[in-house]
Amino acid sequence: MRPMTITEKIFAKHAGVKEVTPGDLVNAKVDIALGNDITAPIAIHEFKRIGAKKVFNKNKVVLVPDHFTPNKDIKSAEQCKVLREFAIEQKLTHYYDGGEVGVEHALLPEKGVVVPGDLVIGADSHTCTYGALGAFSTGVGSTDLAAAMVTGELWFKVPESIKFVFKGKLNKWVSGKDLILHVIGDIGVDGALYKAMEFTGKPIENLSMDSRLAMCNMAIEAGAKSGIIAPDAITEAYVAKRAERAYKFYASDPDAQYSEVREYDCSKIEPKVAFPHLPENTKNVSDVKKLKIDQVVIGSCTNGRLEDLQIAAKILKGRKAAKYVRLIVIPATPFIYNEAMKLGYFDIFLKAGAVISPPTCGPCLGGHMGILAAGERAVATTNRNFVGRMGDVKSEVYLTNPAVAAASAILGRIAHPDEVMKK
Amino acid sequence: MKLKGKVWKYGADIDTDKIIPARYLNTSDPKELAKHCMEDEDPTFASKVEAGDIIVADKNFGCGSSREHAPIAIKASGVSCVIAKSFARIFYRNSFNMGLSILESEEVFDATDNGDIVEIDMDKGEILNVTKNKLFTARPIPPFMQELIKAGGLMESIKKRGVL
Repeated sequence: MRPMTITEKIFAKHAGVKEVTPGDLVNAKVDIALGNDITAPIAIHEFKRIGAKKVFNKNKVVLVPDHFTPNKDIKSAEQCKVLREFAIEQKLTHYYDGGEVGVEHALLPEKGVVVPGDLVIGADSHTCTYGALGAFSTGVGSTDLAAAMVTGELWFKVPESIKFVFKGKLNKWVSGKDLILHVIGDIGVDGALYKAMEFTGKPIENLSMDSRLAMCNMAIEAGAKSGIIAPDAITEAYVAKRAERAYKFYASDPDAQYSEVREYDCSKIEPKVAFPHLPENTKNVSDVKKLKIDQVVIGSCTNGRLEDLQIAAKILKGRKAAKYVRLIVIPATPFIYNEAMKLGYFDIFLKAGAVISPPTCGPCLGGHMGILAAGERAVATTNRNFVGRMGDVKSEVYLTNPAVAAASAILGRIAHPDEVMKK
Repeated sequence: MKLKGKVWKYGADIDTDKIIPARYLNTSDPKELAKHCMEDEDPTFASKVEAGDIIVADKNFGCGSSREHAPIAIKASGVSCVIAKSFARIFYRNSFNMGLSILESEEVFDATDNGDIVEIDMDKGEILNVTKNKLFTARPIPPFMQELIKAGGLMESIKKRGVL
């Protein structure tokens, strides 16, 4: 049989065939079909328009109104209402609202709704996050979601894979976020267009699940169809207590074929910052001189997890955000919110002068909870720094890991964590 | 199908936040979205674009978010086709699914100026720059996507399969 990558194996399984080759068009069964308050209303409209009556499986269609919630205005409230009414009508098992809602790509792995070996589609580009669990997951549009909600399947072109091999030891303050920013800076925002990015090597095997999720989350920022990390003991420890369903670990065959193999020496990777207005505009934080900032956002589906808040708390402990810098911390899910509170991080954040927001995508996409005025500059642990992403078209977003964001909040400029922690 | 219109030329990596900023995503009404189409890249576009006009762009058009509001806004603004060197993956899928005509061509961008008149024969995949009298052939649309178009889009094709 043809040697296959982990991605090809998951496709073969879900398409009900023995093997697949990149370029094959397959109809594959989806384990989870996800929508949010921006994308699901169009999908639900399409679902009804063609006369569909029932979703293919009430346990496998997941709706998470997380973008403009708590409802930021009347129109947003109307959109969320569409989701809520559909969830009630279809008796959906996985619908999250009010105090149960979290940022979808933090929430689903945490709840064990997505599991290793799954094939997941979501009408949200950052659906690629779940590759960190060893699932194939990819972002699609609303019509694709509607089709999957009706049939439980979707067509795919099996992607070629690029193998990213990391070597060496991670430097201090370097997280999964820095590794992925480094890769995007290297290959560009369309460097992996249509392809699966497979992250491998010892440093990846040692990476925490939160860091792996952050890495796979930004595969889309290189244009990729998906990002994936082979599941291992760390994955097992994470999913064993969470998984709602049986799961399966897949691994690439040693002689599997890749369109490209790229190697990175982690000892040369420092904390990164992506300058406006593309995630590929990366620099080493240590090379950035005196760039004053107005706001810091620590949160999102990239870096709003417990590990992210923990490292921010470590740096902010006993310190204050610089005067006139607005520090906004957004725990990504109610569970993370509660844990951070119990661990005393909220005391640290509040004493540092932070605003603690309920879980929401909020400012990441310029929705609400921290919009920028013209000329303002934010450091954010989010995933995109496009023109106008967080507010006015003349505002700027700089993407970093949570440690850099916390240090930057304290010094009022883009700063390396060592500048704060040495003091 | 033949399309003809004036060219609006844009650069590389036109992301979905430029095509339709998230601040307008609290609705999915095509007419509302069209009012803000391309706003953060070109504030004059929405008020000046005419039915049939054509967007010509460099590589990776539609990168970023999965929002189908992006091709919806473009289509509702009257644009008949987007020609780019390449398209971001989700935007490409969305366009076929909801019925916005798109074509890939390496050459058209470099040989076309803003305001040129372009004529497209979608069946042949031919792009004629009328202003400069130059003819190009677009990258062929994969047969599977052509079938989707013939069926009237993804949802219609599902309906025809008798799944409901």
